[in-house]
Amino acid sequence: MTLDLVLFWIPGLVAIGATGAVITRKNASRALIYLVVSLLAVAVIFFMLGAPFAAALEVVVYAGAIVVLFLFVVMMLNLGRSSVMRESRWLQPGMWIGPFILVAILAVVFAYAFANIDGVDTKGEMVGPRAVGEALFGEGAYLLAVELAGFLLLAALVGAYHLGRRYLEERREQP
Amino acid sequence: MAIEVPVFHVLMLAGVLFLLGLAGVLVRRNIMFLLMSLEIMMNAAGLAFIAAGAVWGQPDGQIMFMFILALAAAEVAVALGIVLQISRRFDTLDIDAASDFNG
Repeated sequence: MTLDLVLFWIPGLVAIGATGAVITRKNASRALIYLVVSLLAVAVIFFMLGAPFAAALEVVVYAGAIVVLFLFVVMMLNLGRSSVMRESRWLQPGMWIGPFILVAILAVVFAYAFANIDGVDTKGEMVGPRAVGEALFGEGAYLLAVELAGFLLLAALVGAYHLGRRYLEERREQP
Repeated sequence: MAIEVPVFHVLMLAGVLFLLGLAGVLVRRNIMFLLMSLEIMMNAAGLAFIAAGAVWGQPDGQIMFMFILALAAAEVAVALGIVLQISRRFDTLDIDAASDFNG
């Protein structure tokens, strides 16, 4: 039990540290690399909690696809040294006070709410991809949700194409 | 073999990650960092779902995580298109510039 807690908090602290670095960096690409570290640490936690399929999806989709999409946009916008200087102008130390108070209040609420479920342990058994697939497509319980997710992704595809195409076309006319 | 920890600890980690993302959303003005913070928040929500699934030993937590993943992918695709538009029209990444869009 104690060893399990130690094993859990090693990637947990890595995730917290990397996430703290993400929200304080001034250079966007460095923040993205820290975000990858944070996501990989959370993937390790998923695997240890007995969700290997979710861990694989975290690595492949989050760290592999979404962050790379961010990196593409950072490269397209060509954020250089001027953006870092503008970022340090925007990020005054005094700006952290108000959000910190709000977040501290929420943290107290979270701690109070989660303390009520103390004494419940995770089961410690692996739930593999087969079980996930059977639950997702087997009894039809999630059929509507799967269809809705498909529609959402289609709408996002059309929307992203529409927004990005106009950007690229007008950019081609400029030079 | 999976670990057995009190779910309180997992939920506290998810809560801390969520609050870090929330602080990022509140503090940053650069749209790119806002979107990264939103990703952090959604990832924390997914961690809470995985924790709940691990408590019961059922796959439903992982299924909800997959839906969160699809939502995050869709959101990022559209939001980054909007980022390109804002940076082209106003030549800045300031989120306050988005209020000048006027439909």
